[in-house]
Amino acid sequence: MAQAQSGLLATPLADRHVALGARMVEFAGWSMPVQYAGILDEHRAVRTRAGLFDLSHMGELYVEGTDAAKALGYALVSEPAALKVGRAHYSMICSPGGGVLDDLIVYRLGEERFMVVANASNAAAVSDALAERIEGFKVVLDDRSLATALVAIQGPLSLQVLAPLTDVAIADLRYYAIGDGHVAGVPALVARTGYTGEDGFEVFVEVASAGRVWDALMEAGRPAGVVPVGLGARDTLRLEAGMPLYGNELGPDTTPYEAGLGRVVKLGKEGDFVGRAALEKAESEGPRKKLVGLAVRGRGIARHGYELFAGDRRTGVVTSGTLSPTLGEPIAMAYAAPSDAEPGTILEVGIRDQRVPAEVVVLPFYRRAT
Amino acid sequence: MAQDLRYTKEHEWVRVEGDLATVGITDYAAQQLGDIVFVELPEIGRRLTQFGTVGVIESVKAVSDLFAPISGEVVESNSELAGSPELVNGDPFGKGWMLRVRIADRSQLDALLDQAAYEELTREA
Repeated sequence: MAQAQSGLLATPLADRHVALGARMVEFAGWSMPVQYAGILDEHRAVRTRAGLFDLSHMGELYVEGTDAAKALGYALVSEPAALKVGRAHYSMICSPGGGVLDDLIVYRLGEERFMVVANASNAAAVSDALAERIEGFKVVLDDRSLATALVAIQGPLSLQVLAPLTDVAIADLRYYAIGDGHVAGVPALVARTGYTGEDGFEVFVEVASAGRVWDALMEAGRPAGVVPVGLGARDTLRLEAGMPLYGNELGPDTTPYEAGLGRVVKLGKEGDFVGRAALEKAESEGPRKKLVGLAVRGRGIARHGYELFAGDRRTGVVTSGTLSPTLGEPIAMAYAAPSDAEPGTILEVGIRDQRVPAEVVVLPFYRRAT
Repeated sequence: MAQDLRYTKEHEWVRVEGDLATVGITDYAAQQLGDIVFVELPEIGRRLTQFGTVGVIESVKAVSDLFAPISGEVVESNSELAGSPELVNGDPFGKGWMLRVRIADRSQLDALLDQAAYEELTREA
């Protein structure tokens, strides 16, 4: 991996971002584009046309061998054995205490071959944890994070832009499915997954091919108004779509149940898994806090770290918040006491020295038309 | 950049007209902040102290303080910014103006940067 002057890691597309006028920031040890034309413009482009994202900083961990499904079933809370080849699911890796160490997508590439995609901020920790947990199983971990580039196209026009560039039958690719073929003439995995709430595809290639894929998508997307999109809009898009961000909604002090993601934990699967006892206990005892969506009803933007009140009583804290570009109003996610988490409940967010009313609403804030 | 303005180191501009000062933030500041989505201004009648924090300007990702370039009483604030905060990005020296202040002490203007000094400040950044 190239190293930027500042000591940060650079993706293979770094020069292109700079040439496109991106504002680069440090993220998880990488130099990444936070915005190009502006967060609001980029956000709206993804909702109405399509946007291109460089996600090469994320981790790609291959787990292969006779025991691959079993080993991942032990290491993670989900049941990868239940995945058909070519399908994927959202998962989490938890500590023995039941806290979330990362949220992941697990792709089944073969009977004995899986790709686990981890957040950039946790890629090394997940790699280490997996290596430890798979010991004793007939399986090998191949951390290809630094050898893999990831370019995502997200938005309603994604299919029509990508289809002519690939031999993967993406029109027939189901949501959370993955195909193996070529994009812009280079070998690629194409997954119908994303973090925006729109239709879209994530394209995994060798780092040496990243530029070619990016250039081809930019060129093919030009007539359709496809633009590059940075991490700033990536965050506003996922927040509108009600998707959690590790470090905000998820962390080692939070169980999947508290984040409203209990469905991801397959307590019914066969055999032990890391965190089983703690998660069984958490499931039966009920959550200590609950993740809620908030629609701010007064004047002000609720942000990460702002306190949440039910009358005079502090009930929790805001984990993520912004001005929703699509709704034109401030939205947030927060943890609240379970008794204050019912949709329709009016709570108050502490914004500087004011208490601003916010209504608990069902997530997501935005759902695409089809 | 408009002439006959004075500036603070925190990128506020001041245009003096008689005993009134119109205040806003510069295009440099607006560009640094990115898309502005919320502006909180002091109420009419509030007395400001030079360089004190008097309001808030929020971009998508961040919260920034607005500092008073001069002491005085707020006589007007730009009500357009509540519904159209993007005016600050689009026209920071014109339609994106924020406050009108009745100047308490004209000599305080000497503590502000002139055009050349402000340009040098932003050049160095």
